[in-house]
Amino acid sequence: MTAADAEDPIRNDAEGTPKEAGMTEARPQVAIPLRRPGSLVPQRSVAGRSLVMVIAIMTFLACLAAGAAHLVSRAVNDWTASIASEMSIEVRPMPGRDIEADVAAAAKAAGDTKGITAVKVFTRGESEALLQPWIGTGLDVADLPIPRMITLERDTGVDLDTADLTQRLSRLGPAASLDDHRAFISRLSTMANALIVVALGVVVLVLAASALAVGFATRSAVALNHEVVEVLHLVGADDDFVAREFQRRFLALGIEGGVVGAVVAAICYFVAGITATHFASSAAAEQMEAVFGSFRFGAEGYGLILGVAVAVAYSTAIVSRWTVKRRLRAMA
Amino acid sequence: MIRFEHVGMRYGVGPEILRDLTFSIAPYSFQFLTGPSGAGKTTLLKLIMLSLHPTRGVITMHGSDVSRMSEAELTMVRRRTGVVFQEFRLLDHLTTFENVALPMRVQGRVEASYRAEVVELLQWVGLGDRMHVLPPVLSGGEKQRAAIARALIAKPEFLIADEPTGNVDPSLARRLLRLFIELHRLGTAIIIATHDYALMEQFDARRLILEDGHLSIEEFAEAEDMR
Repeated sequence: MTAADAEDPIRNDAEGTPKEAGMTEARPQVAIPLRRPGSLVPQRSVAGRSLVMVIAIMTFLACLAAGAAHLVSRAVNDWTASIASEMSIEVRPMPGRDIEADVAAAAKAAGDTKGITAVKVFTRGESEALLQPWIGTGLDVADLPIPRMITLERDTGVDLDTADLTQRLSRLGPAASLDDHRAFISRLSTMANALIVVALGVVVLVLAASALAVGFATRSAVALNHEVVEVLHLVGADDDFVAREFQRRFLALGIEGGVVGAVVAAICYFVAGITATHFASSAAAEQMEAVFGSFRFGAEGYGLILGVAVAVAYSTAIVSRWTVKRRLRAMA
Repeated sequence: MIRFEHVGMRYGVGPEILRDLTFSIAPYSFQFLTGPSGAGKTTLLKLIMLSLHPTRGVITMHGSDVSRMSEAELTMVRRRTGVVFQEFRLLDHLTTFENVALPMRVQGRVEASYRAEVVELLQWVGLGDRMHVLPPVLSGGEKQRAAIARALIAKPEFLIADEPTGNVDPSLARRLLRLFIELHRLGTAIIIATHDYALMEQFDARRLILEDGHLSIEEFAEAEDMR
């Protein structure tokens, strides 16, 4: 018998019982340190480290995909805004016609149209310069029938009557044609939207894979903690309580993995942004920027990454709770 | 309080473990459940603690048919029942204090509202200086007392104890029996499953005797008079 047993109040009826003691007003003021109640799901029973790594990798990939969608979307907006505010008229040389007169007439027709804010006529020399990238320099093009270009800037706030302008240009015969870039914008938008849909699809797939991993881990945790679950039920816990306990544990893992993945993705985009800025003055970078737009991730991009991390953590909690409740129903 | 009517129980397609049991457990009553090993004592206790569903018959608790109870009602019935397991079933990753406080915690109560009660009960069962210790370092007797404290903390109307003296020495077994008798005097209905005849000889009480799945009852009027 131990010393503690020797003083055991169970042997002494005078000590009373809990119910008797509970009826008394004064309770013993025992100082026990306040601390957060321990998790009812043993930490070691959940494959925590592996799951955090899986969630971190999934979050990283989802953030990369979401960031790519954001960059494409932003570039498309830039392209569309700049292209949509411009139109062009092409005047082709025709036998028996004075191209300079046709250019002047077309420029006047455009200038008289409501909503056109600026008209720029490309001279023959400027038109020849536009062809240089394709035909090279040092070639005598004086005898070539080079078309002439007129660029128009439009007020995007005004509803431009392009049909009227097209009709007036048609009076010049087949020499002049208006291009409002609508077909190009449409194709560009279709392509960009397809890229965005693919990127978002990747985000959804990655989140789904992450949810599946959490589901498997939760099932395993419930199976490993079968004893704990049974004891909790027998001391009066309902399924919601048990599910909440598992959800709390998995939410913590989801937050940890989500934060790690999102931070790494944010660092990647930050470094890519700095690199793009550093090489922005090079010819290659200018060409890249002309085609793909500038690499501006911005606060919105980082906000998106944060959103993905929150979504991952939240979905981890939801999936674990749903899985636990499903397992408990099956066990019942 | 609890009524079994023609209850039978079998696992899967095996033979019936319990056959046509009909008996009642009254409020404030004290009874031993006894019988040889394999007689079905633990199965019967599991039916009483709502861990199993009978394959036939009707179990009524607190006036309601258990098979028609909702999940919420079953939970409420479990909260009115304290259970002491033969193998203690303390959660090894929680301290003694947290184990004993578990029934309060699952009810959603904040720790400040029950802390004094738990400390008081732990001191009463002689574990006042062991409340921050994890179960693996407790002795068998200490674990048993912690398990009993956990069963009592929510002041159950009905206490089920499965071989509560099976892992302790005769001296502690006597003391534990006195504890159960004291609880019974204060109004808790008690059923103790044991095959320890020496223990049963120490207190005249109703005996539910299980043998080959059949139940016979030996009534002791004196036991009821003790209330």
